[in-house]
Amino acid sequence: MVPLDELRSRLGADAAEIIGRYPKTRSALMPLLHLVQAEEGYISADGITFCAEQLGLAEAEVSSVVSFYTMFKRQPVGEFHVGVCTNSLCAVMGGDAIFADLQEHLGVGNDETTPDGKVSLEHLECNAACDYAPVMMVNWEFFDNMTPPSARSLVDGLREGADVQPTRGAPRLCTWKQASRILAGFPDGQAAEGHTAGDPSLAGLRKAKEQGWTPGAEASSDEGRSA
Amino acid sequence: MSTILTPELTAYWDEPDSFTLEAYRRNGGYQALPMALDMEPDQVIQTLKDSVLRGRGGAGFPTGVKWGFIPQGDNKPHYLVVNADESEPGACKDMPTLLANPHALIEGIIIASYAIRADRAFIYVRGEVLTVIRRLHHAVAEAREAGLLGDNILRSGFDLEVVVHAGAGAYICGEETALLDSLEGYRGQPRLKPPFPAVAGLYACPTVVNNVESIATVPYILFNGPGDFTAYGTEKSKGFGIFSLSGHVTTPGQYEAPLGTTLRELLGLAGGIRAGHRLKFWTPGGSSTPLFTDKHLDVPLDYESVAAAGSMLGTRSIQLFDETTCVVRVVLRWIQFYEHESCGKCTPCREGSYWAVQMLHQLENGEGTEADLEKLLDVCTNITGRSFCALGDSIEAPVKSSVTYFRDEYIEHQRKGGCPFDPAASTLFTMETA
Repeated sequence: MVPLDELRSRLGADAAEIIGRYPKTRSALMPLLHLVQAEEGYISADGITFCAEQLGLAEAEVSSVVSFYTMFKRQPVGEFHVGVCTNSLCAVMGGDAIFADLQEHLGVGNDETTPDGKVSLEHLECNAACDYAPVMMVNWEFFDNMTPPSARSLVDGLREGADVQPTRGAPRLCTWKQASRILAGFPDGQAAEGHTAGDPSLAGLRKAKEQGWTPGAEASSDEGRSA
Repeated sequence: MSTILTPELTAYWDEPDSFTLEAYRRNGGYQALPMALDMEPDQVIQTLKDSVLRGRGGAGFPTGVKWGFIPQGDNKPHYLVVNADESEPGACKDMPTLLANPHALIEGIIIASYAIRADRAFIYVRGEVLTVIRRLHHAVAEAREAGLLGDNILRSGFDLEVVVHAGAGAYICGEETALLDSLEGYRGQPRLKPPFPAVAGLYACPTVVNNVESIATVPYILFNGPGDFTAYGTEKSKGFGIFSLSGHVTTPGQYEAPLGTTLRELLGLAGGIRAGHRLKFWTPGGSSTPLFTDKHLDVPLDYESVAAAGSMLGTRSIQLFDETTCVVRVVLRWIQFYEHESCGKCTPCREGSYWAVQMLHQLENGEGTEADLEKLLDVCTNITGRSFCALGDSIEAPVKSSVTYFRDEYIEHQRKGGCPFDPAASTLFTMETA
């Protein structure tokens, strides 16, 4: 937890920048909460007070927003927050097996953190990468086509401080706090690195090229369909 | 050959720098913008109306018509809000679009904002996609530096600022009025409509909320003309769109094709269902759309044909499940999702989803009777149409359709005293080691 005075002095300028993005100040609340999380790792009572002060809101109003959104944490999470998608498709494709295996391997349950503070585990809802199922996220970076063994070696690597690379994200995996700062709207300069599109993203394009259905081809009457 | 793919939005995702302004320009990007700025805003709206582009976020409302609802000369600020909160189970087209080609969205935003006379646009992007958010920040910064955003864009006198706003993990914020509440700094709970956002949206001002793919398609339509777009598709479902194939398919991924393409055609391009297996059931447009089975392979995937066959085109999020999959397990997990994501505002949705999950658990564990199945259907029927937004209706879709097609399988669970399926048989890694 970061004392309120320190939050004020360390985050005041960033908070002002965030508030300046919006025509009405209250819109700044969600990015401010991401900013607090970037500093504290979660949102403490002081973090709530800080946001309330910045926006002229009651603390209860801020709390009601914090409790609505699952990405805002009221308890510290690990340096690496590991999510496993267990929505239907990922679950069937292996997400359930991965999640069960990781709980046993790490000795933690859902929403719990390893004693060394390195890794917290959470089951996630659909993360918009179904064509890469089963999907995991670490600090909101994509880890695609996972298996129980690859998931185990991923979390082991995170705990050992190994150089872990997301499948499609920036080559240097951020910490939880660094990731939260990006969500608050402060880029880390890694946008131009990492993958552009994985194999599934290119599946249709490759097939079209193979068939000679070149981009921008004129639609002719037999290509266009009519009901 | 009647089957065809039409890579337009996806055309050069295979270029390593495809996300940059330079690559976008190299591939013809930002040529539609000066054309639009030379037109009257109403002409731009008319062009969109002529293209018959229907919203690509699921509901399929004509985009140009939506723009046309914005009142003019009202002396109020107007806003464009891009819905990049892609979270529907099965939907996975907007995130790769933003990762590989964010400038198509930015150019579309500038054109759309000009048309509806907005000088501020927001991209509400789901928070759990760090690398996508980086690319959005990058694209906005590049566009601003190039004079494509900011004051007096291309010396047209038109000003526009774009703000990237990261959500924080709430599916309901993909519902447009919940998204607006969230963007205003509140809990994301849907509003009663009317008034519609076009009249009273963000900060009670006229607002257009459009899906990523809808807006990213705008530059194509402006540059090529609406006739090129309407040459694709079916009578009432014009143009092309991205079809997302996931699950038990040989080559999952994004396939951009004319509306009206069938699953049989798409599967032909994607190598079919994984080897040694057959299709059991699928969603045409995400988990909120009633299930289809192998009897629906030839339904043209356009709005009208899918509706006539008893489902919805939705976001063209095609999740495919083979015969190893327990339909009760899949439906249970979707309903758990809706229970978790129900914002709690409306009692039928909040309470109904809770009880539906309890009953589905019993059924999956072999403890549910046929009477319980009837009760489940009754509960679901009583949620539909009795809540502010469509999330409640989404609960009934998979339950009712799965019971329609697989009633025996629900009952089989009770006979066997548990789930008759081996979950290991459906996993990807079984497939790899088999």
